[in-house]
Amino acid sequence: MAGGKEILSQIKSISNTKKITKAMEMVAASKMRRAQDRMKASRPYADKMRQVIGHLAAGHLEYNHPYTQERETVKRVGYIIMSSDRGLCGGLNVNLFKQALRSIADWKKEGVEVDICVFGAKAAAAFRRYGIVAQKTHMGDAPKVADMIGTIKVMLDAYEEGRIDRLFLVENEFVNSMTQKPQVTQLIPVVASSVDSIKHHWDYLYEPESKEVIDALMQRYIESLIYQGAVENVACEMAARMVAMKSASDNAGTMIDDLKLIYNKARQAAITQEISEIVAGASAV
Amino acid sequence: MAMTFHLDVVTAEQSLFSGTVEEVIAPGAMGDLGIMPRHSQLISKLRAGELQYKTEDGMASLFVSGGVLEVQPHVVTVLADTGMRAEDLDEAAAREAMKQAQDALQGKDPEDLDYEAIQSELEAAKAQIEMLHRIGKARGH
Repeated sequence: MAGGKEILSQIKSISNTKKITKAMEMVAASKMRRAQDRMKASRPYADKMRQVIGHLAAGHLEYNHPYTQERETVKRVGYIIMSSDRGLCGGLNVNLFKQALRSIADWKKEGVEVDICVFGAKAAAAFRRYGIVAQKTHMGDAPKVADMIGTIKVMLDAYEEGRIDRLFLVENEFVNSMTQKPQVTQLIPVVASSVDSIKHHWDYLYEPESKEVIDALMQRYIESLIYQGAVENVACEMAARMVAMKSASDNAGTMIDDLKLIYNKARQAAITQEISEIVAGASAV
Repeated sequence: MAMTFHLDVVTAEQSLFSGTVEEVIAPGAMGDLGIMPRHSQLISKLRAGELQYKTEDGMASLFVSGGVLEVQPHVVTVLADTGMRAEDLDEAAAREAMKQAQDALQGKDPEDLDYEAIQSELEAAKAQIEMLHRIGKARGH
C-alpha cells in the first residue's frame, strides 16, 4: 500500500486549503457587491463633471487653464498606476502592469523620460526600479479622496511646473464580475469630448473670477477621475479574487477526489492482499 | 405652462436631484444666485448653504457644502462637494460639528492646524443650522 497515511494527510491539508479559498471567495463576493455600489454611486458625479468639462472645451473662454493646453514638445510624461494592496487576485495586477509597461516602453523608444506615481502595494513593488516619485498604499476597501490628494498633487505640481508634459492614468475597467480590462487614459492635458460643434462664440459669466472658478473645477475634475479609478479598481480586485478563489476551490475539489480514489484503491489492494495471504496461510496448514 | 429647465444636483457620493424645475436659487460664493430658464452661461463657485428649487409641486431645498455650479441655457448642473436633502439634516449633529471645529480652532498648536479645512467645516455647520431654522419657521414650529 502506497502510504495510506501520507495520502490521508495530503487530503486533509488540501481540504484545509479549500476551506480557506472558499471563505476568501465568499468574502470577496460580498466586498465586490459593496465596491460596486460605491462605484455606481460616484458615477453620476463623474459623468456630470465630464459633461461640464466638455462644455468648457467647446466654449471660448477668457482664461485657459494649463490642463487644457496641449504642449508641443513632450520631454517627460507621468503615469499614475492603480493597483491592489494584496495579491491572490489572478492576473489582475500583472495584466495591468504589462499594459503600463508597454505604454511606457513606447515613450522611452521616442526618448521620453517617465515619472511614475503608484497606488497600492503591488504596483509599488513592481515599479520600484522604474523610479517612483510618489506612492500611496493601504487605502483599504473604501478609498477616500482625502487620502489620495497628497499623492496626486505631486504629479499635478510636476505638470504645472513643467517637469512633466503629460499625465496618464493606468487602471482596471470593471466590465463585469468576470471581465476586467486594463486601460491607459490621458488625464492631462484634458482630452475634451466636445459634444456639440462650435457654432458661435460664447463664454461664461464667472463668479468670482474666471481663474478661481476654473481652477477649482479642474482640481475637482482630476480628483473625481482618480477617485473613480480607485473605486473601480477595488471592485475589479474583489471580482478577480472571487473568480481566482472559485477556481482554486474547484481545483482543490478535483484534487481531493483524485486522491480519495488513489487512497481507496490502495486500501482495497491492501485488503485483497491480506485476504489472499490469510487464505494461502490457511491452505498451507 | 411655465418655462422649465433641467437641474442635476450630484455629489461625489450620490445623485441628489435630477429633474425639471422652473427656478433655482443657489448659494453662490459672491451671494445668492437666482436662475430662471434661458439664463446665459454661467459658472460659479458655491459656498455652504441652501439650494432651493421650484418644481411643479412647489419649492424644495437641499443642503450643499460648497462646490461648483454650471449654467447652460436649458441645463443647470450643481457639482456639490457634499450635500444632503433637507429632511436628512440633523441640528444636533450640526451643532456637534460646529463645536468640534471651534474647539479645534482654539485648542491646538496653530502651526499644525489646517485653518482652511476647519473654517469651511465651521461654515458648513453654521449654514446647516441656519437652514434648519429657516425651514422650521416656514413649517410653523
